[in-house]
Amino acid sequence: MNSAPSQAAITFREVSKTWPQRGGAVAALDRVSLDVQAGGITGVIGRSGAGKSTLLRLVNGLERASAGRVEVLGRDVTAASGRELRALRRDVGMIFQHFNLLANRTVRGNVALPLEIAGVAGPETDRRVGRLIDLVGLGALADRYPAQLSGGQKQRVGIARALATEPKVLLSDEATSALDPETTQAVLALLRDINRELGLTILLITHEMAVVRDICHHVAVMEAGRIVETGETYDIFANPQDPVTRSFLSGVTGTVLPGFIARRITPDGTGPAILRITFAGDSATHPVLSRLGAELGIDASILGGAIEEIDGRPFGNLTVQMPAEALPRAQAYLHAHDLRTEVLGHVG
Amino acid sequence: MSANLIPILWEATLQTIYMVVVSGLIGTVLGLPLGVFLATSKRGELLSAPAVNAALGLVVNALRSIPFIILVVAIIPFTRMIAGTSIGTTAAIVPLTLAAAPFIARIVETAIREVDGGLIEAARAMGATPGQIISKVLLPEALPGIVLGLTLAIVSLIGYSAMVGAVGGEGLGDLGIRYGYQRFMPDVMLAVVVILIVLVQAVQSLGEWIARRLDHRAAKDRGL
Repeated sequence: MNSAPSQAAITFREVSKTWPQRGGAVAALDRVSLDVQAGGITGVIGRSGAGKSTLLRLVNGLERASAGRVEVLGRDVTAASGRELRALRRDVGMIFQHFNLLANRTVRGNVALPLEIAGVAGPETDRRVGRLIDLVGLGALADRYPAQLSGGQKQRVGIARALATEPKVLLSDEATSALDPETTQAVLALLRDINRELGLTILLITHEMAVVRDICHHVAVMEAGRIVETGETYDIFANPQDPVTRSFLSGVTGTVLPGFIARRITPDGTGPAILRITFAGDSATHPVLSRLGAELGIDASILGGAIEEIDGRPFGNLTVQMPAEALPRAQAYLHAHDLRTEVLGHVG
Repeated sequence: MSANLIPILWEATLQTIYMVVVSGLIGTVLGLPLGVFLATSKRGELLSAPAVNAALGLVVNALRSIPFIILVVAIIPFTRMIAGTSIGTTAAIVPLTLAAAPFIARIVETAIREVDGGLIEAARAMGATPGQIISKVLLPEALPGIVLGLTLAIVSLIGYSAMVGAVGGEGLGDLGIRYGYQRFMPDVMLAVVVILIVLVQAVQSLGEWIARRLDHRAAKDRGL
């Protein structure tokens, strides 16, 4: 099994990647440092072009760093020879947004491919291939071709294939971005199970905060080739610091204002205030609103909100409207009860 | 058509098949690796060798731009060197092969370039060597396209083989010219044309059937 969970399976140290281009170089990564903890699921979230795809490909040497150092499972990838890289890649599985399955091989043939490449295919690995196909729930479809499978089934084949050489690290390149929401949930659940049961370290990149919320223990937020914020998923959701992080969070945690309010909102003004209250941990289930009314006599109306579970802990968001003059008293009361607040503006 | 022409037609058919099969086989043996190399050796590709790629591309284009009948005559000394003679069915295989190989190389190149680049990336991520990527990913995935391309090449060779009568190549085309045209025997001409149509049709159908059997890109196996 894996070493202590505090140990890093992958470390990036001051890693830069530049592409030569006419009139100077374009930086895809700018002095990125990140530790990916062994046995955990780490998500890197960013918009397209933020550099997250390049970051992922540095781990198995599909891209080479221009500067800095990348270590995977204690081995220096940046200095590895071609032979050393190929050996390392057997310990690092990878799944892809568009699955990248061989159209002219069956499910079984696709899952067996990494073993053939490693030169270990034989009767004993046939059994492993069968077990992996069962593990991802495709036992009945082992002799079908990819064209006969749905998107979710194809990604399951991709996952089984990535696990064939019994890797210690799994890289996921937008693995659910081409799937519908229901299938996405099923594939994420499978990844979570694999992480738990096999102790596999998973590094995934995504542009969807929902993916981070649903399975990641740690998250790094990228923008323009840099990591702007990193930490435990729960902390990032409960207390985002960077504007980029906040913009990713809006929309996944019931924080989107209804349009008729959003259109009329102004930063200052004297109209009713719009306040966002963030609940974390135990406070998520406190009857805060009713107490605001009962103890302070403040009438707050609910505009939106949600309570969900992140990394096994409850987490909630509530957007309320209240008279502007009541705002200071309400905030003082909420802060006294360990709730975070943010004034979004006033309805003018 | 008199009965004594039947053996002549039969012999000419066999000669045509002989020329086409042998030049097609040798052309594939030469053209397949050449096509694989052309498809994988541009800058930044698997076997990155841009200078060699450009040079070989030039040779292929040069060979393909020479009209076949001129190629047949122009390489007579080379043909004599290889086949020991410059006249006859075996000698005709030399220019046919020389025309087929670059054609097949381009067909193989095109078919391999059709393979999704994501598959190459996936294979690299599995730790595959360039040789393994070619043998386990590129060739198997491109195979249906290669088979269709080879079908096209063989049909072209059947057409070219009619021109090698110029160097005593014999075969169906030569028979059609000598009997049908020069001796004015339209029934022989007609028989030659019919046999050629049947040959081409048979090759085309067989090629398409094999390609369909090999191709699993579309979900066509209904009722599973």
